Amino acid sequence: MVVSTKSAAWRKPLALALQVAVHIGAALPLLWLFYAINAGRLGGDPVVELIHYLGLGTLRLLLLTLLISPLARWLGYGQLNRLRRPLGLWAFAWASLHFSAWMALDLGFDWSLIGSELVKRTYILLGFSAWLMLLALAITSLPALMRRMGKSWKKLHRLLYVVVLLACWHFWWSVKSGWIEPAIYLCVALLLLLWRREGVSRWLRSFKR
Amino acid sequence: MLIKNRSRGDVAESQVTPEQAYVSRRSVIKGLGAGLGITGIGLLGGHSLAFAADEAPRKPLDFQPQKPAPDLILTPDSKVTNHNNFYEFGTGKTDPAQNAQGLKTEPWILTVEGEVEKPGTVDVWKLMGEIGLEERIYRMRCVEAWSMVIPWVGFELGKFLKQFAPTSRAKYVAFETLYDPEQMPGQRNRYVGGGIDYPYVEGLRIDEAMHPLTILSVGLYGKTLPPQNGAPIRLVVPWKYGFKGIKSIVKIRLVEEMPPTSWNRLLPKEYGFYANVNPAVDHPRWSQATERFIGPGGLFSVKRQATLPFNGYGEEVAALYSNMDLRKFY
Repeated sequence: MVVSTKSAAWRKPLALALQVAVHIGAALPLLWLFYAINAGRLGGDPVVELIHYLGLGTLRLLLLTLLISPLARWLGYGQLNRLRRPLGLWAFAWASLHFSAWMALDLGFDWSLIGSELVKRTYILLGFSAWLMLLALAITSLPALMRRMGKSWKKLHRLLYVVVLLACWHFWWSVKSGWIEPAIYLCVALLLLLWRREGVSRWLRSFKR
Repeated sequence: MLIKNRSRGDVAESQVTPEQAYVSRRSVIKGLGAGLGITGIGLLGGHSLAFAADEAPRKPLDFQPQKPAPDLILTPDSKVTNHNNFYEFGTGKTDPAQNAQGLKTEPWILTVEGEVEKPGTVDVWKLMGEIGLEERIYRMRCVEAWSMVIPWVGFELGKFLKQFAPTSRAKYVAFETLYDPEQMPGQRNRYVGGGIDYPYVEGLRIDEAMHPLTILSVGLYGKTLPPQNGAPIRLVVPWKYGFKGIKSIVKIRLVEEMPPTSWNRLLPKEYGFYANVNPAVDHPRWSQATERFIGPGGLFSVKRQATLPFNGYGEEVAALYSNMDLRKFY
């Protein structure tokens, strides 16, 4: 049919354009950050400003990743699902920068302090666990591994649900006062999980065997 | 004399508060950053990273410079005045510098009352010219594990309080910040104000208040305080965490019982009444053993340094707490 071929004709370039947009959108703020660091525009305590900026960016990328599949189903536009991979990998990249900035710039690679903070501060332990899970997801995002893992790949990658909740919790416990901002992020995360509640409960049941 | 004893018919402090509406002067120039933030997935936004543009003018002060000056590297004026915790103007570190410029600090009446024989009110701007100001270069340690070195201009709180003749029942001193939601967006909106119950209140034990290191500051770097640093008058207690240094004070009340303090009221497990700088007692969520010193350099010159007991003023003040368990009374 004319209409469907026509629509198919724009669907592919649009998907490609969206992919490019994801890469630009996730990379540009990092370029800006690089400029801001050099221009001394991160304020009086730039270390904390940088860490918070990277952490909040990670959380937003994670939520965006979770938004894709319900959105694709709602729009009837399956190509959109291909954005999950770059978004997830960018979230991992931002999380890694967030974690590295904390270790290098805040704690100055003082390994004994890093170790004791990881163990003593629950909110840091929560963030670290989330990063470890993201690391596992990033490694298994290699196409070869993906194919070899088959069904278990999907099961593993649903770990993102846990990652998002841990990240929200990590944010909540890290703020000095005021719970409204972390609560907003948590609500968005819960809504996104509620939207796919069947998938979530199927995934949870799969551990019961 | 600068002290005006208050009689019954006198003007209440609330009537002195100016009617002038709060003028938002949020700087428009946030540069390239904000522009790019809107691009793509909008990872930017939420936190502003720019310094404020137009600032309220600061007047030069007559004061006695500190001699000899302590051997400390000063935090640059621009960082002292652009990195502030003053939740009445927002919880971000640059929020106060951006939102406080419209604060009307002239005239400013400070009330001293409670367990004193001669309660009264003071015109703070007149006081600045009469009391004999001196410079005090102090370390400032924030409970959030960063620190500065600031050249304050002010006078000893103890000498000031003696003019009001405290009675023997004066065991504590309670301080109160201006309450004026019209001028202070954090007092209008709980989200902006970080959930604190306003007005902000602080307190000291009477011996802490009378200690010669404790000052009321009216300036820094030789000029009057900018609004974000607590203009026109604020408390500085160098051996305590920064949140004890209450800003823009309108009332000092000498009392018999330990007064409530804002952060303790909000999170009693994390912030105590004493709040003495103590590297051995961690905040429940982070270590207090070290601190990031905010000095002249940029991001990559930031270094952690050891936090000193009583912020380095132990020789002078440790005796105040000689038979107290500082783990219990944090």
